[in-house]
Amino acid sequence: MEATTYNYKVVRQFTIMTVVWGIVGMLVGVLIAAQLIWPTFTEALGPLAPYLSYGRLRPLHTNAVIFAFGGCGLFAASLYVVQRTCQTRLLSDGLAAFVFWGWQLVILLAAITLPLGLTSGKEYAELEWPIDLLITVIWVAYAVLYLGTIMIRKTQHIYVANWFFGAYIVTIALLHLVNSAELPWVLGGDASGLNWWKSYSAYAGVQDAMVQWWYGHNAVGFFLTTAFLGMMYYFVPKQAGRPIYSYRLSIVHFWALNFIYMWAGPHHLMYTALPDWAQSLGMVFSLMLLAPSWGGMMNGIMTLSGAWHKLRTDPILKFLITALSFYGMSTFEGPMMSIKTVNALSHYTEWNIAHVHSGALGWVAMITIGSMYYLIPRLFGREEMYSTRLINVHFWWSTIGVVLYIASMWIAGVMQGLMWRATNMDGTLTYSFAQSVNNLYPFYYIRLLGGTMFFAGMLLMAYNMWKTIAAGKAVDDAPIPEAVHA
Amino acid sequence: MDILYLLIPISLAIVAAIAAVFLWAVKSGQFEDMEGPAHRILMDDDDHTDAR
Repeated sequence: MEATTYNYKVVRQFTIMTVVWGIVGMLVGVLIAAQLIWPTFTEALGPLAPYLSYGRLRPLHTNAVIFAFGGCGLFAASLYVVQRTCQTRLLSDGLAAFVFWGWQLVILLAAITLPLGLTSGKEYAELEWPIDLLITVIWVAYAVLYLGTIMIRKTQHIYVANWFFGAYIVTIALLHLVNSAELPWVLGGDASGLNWWKSYSAYAGVQDAMVQWWYGHNAVGFFLTTAFLGMMYYFVPKQAGRPIYSYRLSIVHFWALNFIYMWAGPHHLMYTALPDWAQSLGMVFSLMLLAPSWGGMMNGIMTLSGAWHKLRTDPILKFLITALSFYGMSTFEGPMMSIKTVNALSHYTEWNIAHVHSGALGWVAMITIGSMYYLIPRLFGREEMYSTRLINVHFWWSTIGVVLYIASMWIAGVMQGLMWRATNMDGTLTYSFAQSVNNLYPFYYIRLLGGTMFFAGMLLMAYNMWKTIAAGKAVDDAPIPEAVHA
Repeated sequence: MDILYLLIPISLAIVAAIAAVFLWAVKSGQFEDMEGPAHRILMDDDDHTDAR
């Protein structure tokens, strides 16, 4: 029998966990920001201290905010959008449940292994081989679930948001498989088997670095950009109550991004052992990315043209549009930082931290928060969130928090870069490294304040969500409308 | 830079795959109507939640 209702259960589960993991991941971020000011304060914990050391918590922070918070947000949004725009129920409820619980298991394993110091040492791919295999299984299940749902769609047209989600799912599978190719030590000579979880990368030296940043950059490109653009292309028009400014431009945006993005990875390896021509190639493709990125940003923002007044009263729309502004800012900043002469100043400084948080907090977190505020009442049978005022407070805390965060890190980064390169008349360095570290303190305090504000906003969101859920009832009978034939 | 013998073929294969999907999309009429789909997602009747 043909399904007559949507599967909202899996969307609900992922939506709630998005907020939960957002709080956890950002709390760890606040903790490590504090450690940079007071490097020894966790040592008061005695025997627990090693598990909370900076080197172990930092990958926990990045994994938690990207794959737990961002990941759950993307699962929720993509599985909701694909159902609503294809006007069909998910391919399989069982598969959906498997993807949800499997992903939570991966997150749990990450939260255990990373503080224990079990890591493959690859940025954004730190998890060891048993977890890598688990991720592969879950991701394939997700791909079958998502693409299978598109196959059984009731509409002829595939809405543009689904293209973005689809590209993200396929690409992440490929990136994960190539970059995580590794040899478990038990197979490679560890006769004792005591370190059975340990593995070594299939690649060595600069080859490994190139694969790592081919992965690393495309993880940013397809996980943190393409996928969240899928979110944007659905939730911005829906919340604004207006069609996307130019549907044609959204299609151009999609194909242009896909053809160019794959090649920009070498810009992470400027002035390294990577051949010079590969660095230049990475720079050129990064600069080209500016065009589709800004096209997409304007497409999103211009959706409000003729309805700008809605920004005055609708804090959810404020989140979505501010996210787009940060998307525009960071996609301008990124290509600029890939220019070799700029990179000579910015590389290895806090400027990178500013850039990544302008993208991660300003773009990714804000578009996710806005989308989740849209989803929560619909999933729990309410007209709107428990308190619109609290959403507004959340919006301002987040916005001020991000601005404090990135402005302080920009200044810190440029200062570091200038101090490192300053030389005296006789060619000796003007400043010692420790002097540049010492000068960072004021900016570290401001960053901690900004990060704490953003984190506190997530607590408000959790409270608001709790009250909304308490007053509502889980919706499991959302009807699928009769297929519209174009 | 032996790794390029892996990465460049992979990248070219991906571009070929993307091009194939693109051509399929064009041929199957996905991009015939560049106005309707944008409006259609707004008309799917998902705003009434009843007072449950």
